[in-house]
Amino acid sequence: MRKIWVIARKEWAEVFKNRFVLFTVIFMPLMMTALPLIILYTMGTPEEMAGFSAADMPASFADLCEGLSSETCGQYFIVSQFMLLFMLMPLAIPATFASYSIVGEKTTRTLEPVLATPVTTLELLAGKAVAAALPAIGATWLSFSVFSLGVAILTEGPGLLRQVTGPLWLFAIVVIGPLLAVAAVSIAIMVSSRANDPRVAEQISMLVILPLLGLFFAQISGLIFINETMILWMAIGVAVLDVGLLAFATQLFQREAILTRWK
Amino acid sequence: MIVVKGLTKRFGDVLAVDGLDMEVKPGEIFGFLGPNGAGKTTTIRMLSALISPTSGEAKVAGYEVGREDNEIRRNVGILTESPGLYARLSAERNLSFFAELYDVEDVAGQVERYLRLLGLWDRRGDVAATFSKGMRQKLAIARAMLHEPKVLFLDEPTAGLDPEMARLVREFINELKDRGRTIFLCTHNLDEADRLCDRIAVVNTRLLALDTPEALRAKLYDRVVVIHLSAASPAYEKVVSEQSFVRSVEIKDNKLVVGLDDPERNNPELIRALVDAGADIQFVGELRRSLEEIYLRLVK
Repeated sequence: MRKIWVIARKEWAEVFKNRFVLFTVIFMPLMMTALPLIILYTMGTPEEMAGFSAADMPASFADLCEGLSSETCGQYFIVSQFMLLFMLMPLAIPATFASYSIVGEKTTRTLEPVLATPVTTLELLAGKAVAAALPAIGATWLSFSVFSLGVAILTEGPGLLRQVTGPLWLFAIVVIGPLLAVAAVSIAIMVSSRANDPRVAEQISMLVILPLLGLFFAQISGLIFINETMILWMAIGVAVLDVGLLAFATQLFQREAILTRWK
Repeated sequence: MIVVKGLTKRFGDVLAVDGLDMEVKPGEIFGFLGPNGAGKTTTIRMLSALISPTSGEAKVAGYEVGREDNEIRRNVGILTESPGLYARLSAERNLSFFAELYDVEDVAGQVERYLRLLGLWDRRGDVAATFSKGMRQKLAIARAMLHEPKVLFLDEPTAGLDPEMARLVREFINELKDRGRTIFLCTHNLDEADRLCDRIAVVNTRLLALDTPEALRAKLYDRVVVIHLSAASPAYEKVVSEQSFVRSVEIKDNKLVVGLDDPERNNPELIRALVDAGADIQFVGELRRSLEEIYLRLVK
């Protein structure tokens, strides 16, 4: 456990000196927090929402508005389109971070001295995973807190804030967020172990956001609406996926192949 | 300290190391020479438990390769071909990271000790990217030494260093030997190997020769004595060739180049015969074959 922490600290010390990574970790959460707040500020005013009725909503969404005024329901409809962005963060940030982790060490020839130490493959990968996942989770939670604060400031009454910080989204951000981060990290480490070029590793790793992006567009186009059942199934699915991905990533990390095939 | 029996490594169809047998004694500097692609780095990687052998067995510091790899990693230090430092981290941070991975008890103390020993203490806070090649190499050597390994694998420790820095590194290697470390030295610098190594193995996928530099010279070449004369002549050559112990003789400029089995015993008699024949001898020396000549003869 101690060595996992040693590796994670080293990763942070090194990676946070990389401006590109720093930019990703800071800029992405900033943008994804600001976007829904700006939209809420411009489109979710009482005047804009005045003529809005829950009956205008798709039936699957109207269920989520139970007990809300039509104005709050309208605001919630707008905001909920962007809530998935808070689940995109724990996918995208660690993918950038972790995709560099192995291939970066290959290119700088630092991996061989590390593998010569009595560190196990599991400790090494776990250290890199923790280093990639924790800042992403932290940034997501912080962004979500700022967003909630913004909602409290921009809206009248506790209706929308209660919806946004209700069990559905709280579970999504606090539980599914980290699970998604683990999935992203596992995939990025797998790609990074096999890739020879950091740029290629990063581009391939970023494909991990595609399923969630699909969900995002499906919701925007009104095909689906995230509800409790969906979130619960998503959590179970991602948790199962994580176990498989972690095991596979550890299997795929072949010390010998990495050392001898890398030129 | 290192015992290797039939060590073989195959990468697909390519045989990188073929049935290596050798033994490295505790506290010796063991030179491991061979052309590019001879399997030197692969051997070092197998002996430092970075990759596993295809067949054969090896024990390093008393631990078996393939079975006690973590113990081997704890007991060996490795200087890889490239220093492999974290360019964005300071010298101190580079070392403390590895000290922690090696479970060094007094991380700060040990890091300071080696930074001072290698003259890098004043630059401890500077990132490795700002270091010269020699300083990076010294930092990499410090990293290999942090956990006080019993065996040190050095792959081209002076490659690309200027003569002054290379000498410093060689002196440091000698100091390590004096402190009882076993050093396995891979180098293309044959003069360096000749000066540093107690014994030398020449490999080209398989082991070609293993002995002390002197013994290798004796095995491959006659000992040759060069007699400088004020004026060499065929008459003197004839006098020399008439001696029963002389194996060969030739005149080069004003020098007689004489092959002998045992110069210590034969020289006095040879000199007497030449003086009696009227030769003016200016001085006598032994022609020492360079390790390069031995190496080239072995690998060709």
